[in-house]
Amino acid sequence: MNRRCVDLHLRANPQDLQVTQRLIERAACFGYHTISIPLSAQFEDNQIAPLRDACRQAGLDFVSRVDFKPRNQEDLMRFLRKNRRRLEIICIVCDDKEIARQAAKDRRVDLLSFPSLDYHKRFFDRAEAELASASLAALEVDVKQLLVLEGPPRVRLLSNLRREAALAREFHVPLVVSSGVSEARLMRMPRDLASLCYLFGLNETEAIDAVSTNPTALIQRNREKLESKFVAPGITLIKGADTH
Amino acid sequence: MKRVKRRYLALQLECEGVPSEREFMDAIWASVTKLYGEIGASLTGLTLIDFDSVRKVVVIRVLLVSLPSVRAGLAAVTSVGGLEASVHVLSVSGTLKALFQTFTAYV
Repeated sequence: MNRRCVDLHLRANPQDLQVTQRLIERAACFGYHTISIPLSAQFEDNQIAPLRDACRQAGLDFVSRVDFKPRNQEDLMRFLRKNRRRLEIICIVCDDKEIARQAAKDRRVDLLSFPSLDYHKRFFDRAEAELASASLAALEVDVKQLLVLEGPPRVRLLSNLRREAALAREFHVPLVVSSGVSEARLMRMPRDLASLCYLFGLNETEAIDAVSTNPTALIQRNREKLESKFVAPGITLIKGADTH
Repeated sequence: MKRVKRRYLALQLECEGVPSEREFMDAIWASVTKLYGEIGASLTGLTLIDFDSVRKVVVIRVLLVSLPSVRAGLAAVTSVGGLEASVHVLSVSGTLKALFQTFTAYV
């Protein structure tokens, strides 16, 4: 069976239709099945439909997603309360330990992202991995920085990623590898994206799962939850009661 | 003596201009050397087999044991001969015959 390859992080500006269209076409050409273009935290529902249409025309499945960088825990809770039912994927950008812990604890968070290159600002440690494992949150890794950085910064990044990947494996936290690029020239085919994971210690199967099985499972689970028939995990409404 | 196993890779080069064979191989060597150092790069057995400058399709040969590291090195290439570029692996095969049969479907 062919794997469905997913790039959950194409950083196009949805307002810039020309660039967005180019990225979508390129993703289709590279053999992706599903992509996501993150919207800003103050998104409008009508921003999703044009992107979904553009992807459908290119033969791609579009996933609605927002990357949110909360100021504090209350901000995070407010955002999740307001937007969880409106989006398929919610990614929390963590640059504060308290926020990272709260995000890892909350079952409404899908992806945890640690973009900082500073070791002290990457909070994916054993405690974070344990919380994320219990709440089914996944760890997202963008490969863009591996492509654009050189020398000591890349060495430090690889070292951090290797440690985080090992923790994710130990605590069964799914790893999602995305491109994180905003330019077409930095886009890579799914298999090439997976091959970059070799640099931080994933084996071939884990790497391919990180660009296909793991994100697909996440999307499928959330889409089921967003359906009107969903009651609770494992419980779906098959037929409504007749009312007389 | 144990036979050395090799793999042939068909690559698609994407860039604005047309770099020379030399520039292309220098870019790959530079990328692999940056990632694994000179000793690591010397263990890959990287060799140019064919360079089609019209279709920008390149065939290289590597040792099977170093295939994952070379693939990562190829994905990390961002410029060739001073031009912004990317290298995509179209196909991998154990023989040149099988490689040409499979990758012609892509180009």
